[in-house]
Amino acid sequence: MALRKIAIAALGAALAFFAGLSFYRSRHLEEPVVPGPSVARVAKLSQYFQGIRGTMNDLNVYVLEGKEPGGAVLILGGTHPEEPAGRLAAWILAENAVLAKGRLFVILSASRSASTVTRIGGAYPPDFTIPTAWGGQKFRMGDRWSNPLDQWPDPEVYIHFPTRQQLAYMDIRNLNRAFPGRPNGTLTERTCYAICELIRKEKIDLEIDLHEAELQYPVISTIVAHQKGADLAALASMMLSSNEGFAIGVESSPQALRGLSHREIGDHTDAVSLLLEAPEPFLDATRGRTDRELLLTGKDEFIVRAGKRGLLFEKIDERGWPIDVRVGRHCSTILQILETWSEDKPGRAVVLSGVPKYADVIKNSTGAYLKDPKSAGAGKVFYE
Amino acid sequence: MIVTVLYYLMTASTAALLVWNFLKRKNWQEEVLYIIVLIPFLLRLLRLK
Repeated sequence: MALRKIAIAALGAALAFFAGLSFYRSRHLEEPVVPGPSVARVAKLSQYFQGIRGTMNDLNVYVLEGKEPGGAVLILGGTHPEEPAGRLAAWILAENAVLAKGRLFVILSASRSASTVTRIGGAYPPDFTIPTAWGGQKFRMGDRWSNPLDQWPDPEVYIHFPTRQQLAYMDIRNLNRAFPGRPNGTLTERTCYAICELIRKEKIDLEIDLHEAELQYPVISTIVAHQKGADLAALASMMLSSNEGFAIGVESSPQALRGLSHREIGDHTDAVSLLLEAPEPFLDATRGRTDRELLLTGKDEFIVRAGKRGLLFEKIDERGWPIDVRVGRHCSTILQILETWSEDKPGRAVVLSGVPKYADVIKNSTGAYLKDPKSAGAGKVFYE
Repeated sequence: MIVTVLYYLMTASTAALLVWNFLKRKNWQEEVLYIIVLIPFLLRLLRLK
């Protein structure tokens, strides 16, 4: 009997070892970033708020500066890391944008903790690879919520600060339900507070938060705008829908739903806050196999069937929603918003080049705009 | 922070109970069950998942 117990315990130890190894590798996978020509410095978020120093969310802030003075814009990628088009579009900006005027702050992993875990029980792949001419770049899959290793346990009910609105318990780990944050709160709340401190201290004029949404969610293929940015979003939407080959709508940021970046950053800082949503079939509840292929191609027969029954808020067919289409939408939308902003506020303009538009990303692929870390000079590679 | 430490202590005590039950079982199916149930507790204690 003792021999049997030893054998069963050894089997359990082997299972725990290989599972643990997979989780460890996923959490600690390093994602290289080769800062583009306009990156003047790479700051740490803790430079704006000491309360997150040394934590998983003491993340990199890529600061791009133009030759001429102008306004300041913050791009948030990775608020929800399981929505990779947002991170990838931010990556393209950090590695390619050439600033002529103003300053651009780019965060690639706004909820870095959430990028180190996948949805528990969701059978998500631990990572995915974007093909490039130099072989491919691997990214962490990530989740919507901060890693429980960094913030645990969850309460029975999450009470949002400062409004005291009651939200779902797990959203206490959702970066996009914890704004404006507080200095003595949870890690997620402190991260939100640090981002707001960055906005206040750097006098950010405009903040754009990059997301993706399931096709069964009504807020999709749209710009969600705080009332301060309603005109900007509407004009950008019209220009994009007529010039770029894809339709994008505008939604008003609801005043009754708290904690979201487009609501709280607009309310608690001087910045205009916008949030972009691109379609991501991977997130739909009626999806089939949850694998890397679905993440990158956006092709799923079950979601197509749901669409035929009128259950979706966005179109889908056998072509799916490939990652290049989703990244391209974000790139073009950012460019159009910046152009519209700069025309309207020339004294606070942010003018840049070098960033591909929708058609460019579809034609050349996302990987064409990712830089090879091996070809970068010493000290020129940062890791997310 | 205090609540987090308490939860880790609860996890450790539950893991210890599972090991104790594993050692006391005489049926191999129950032994396998206790070992499988133990794994997520170990992964949390080792801060892997």
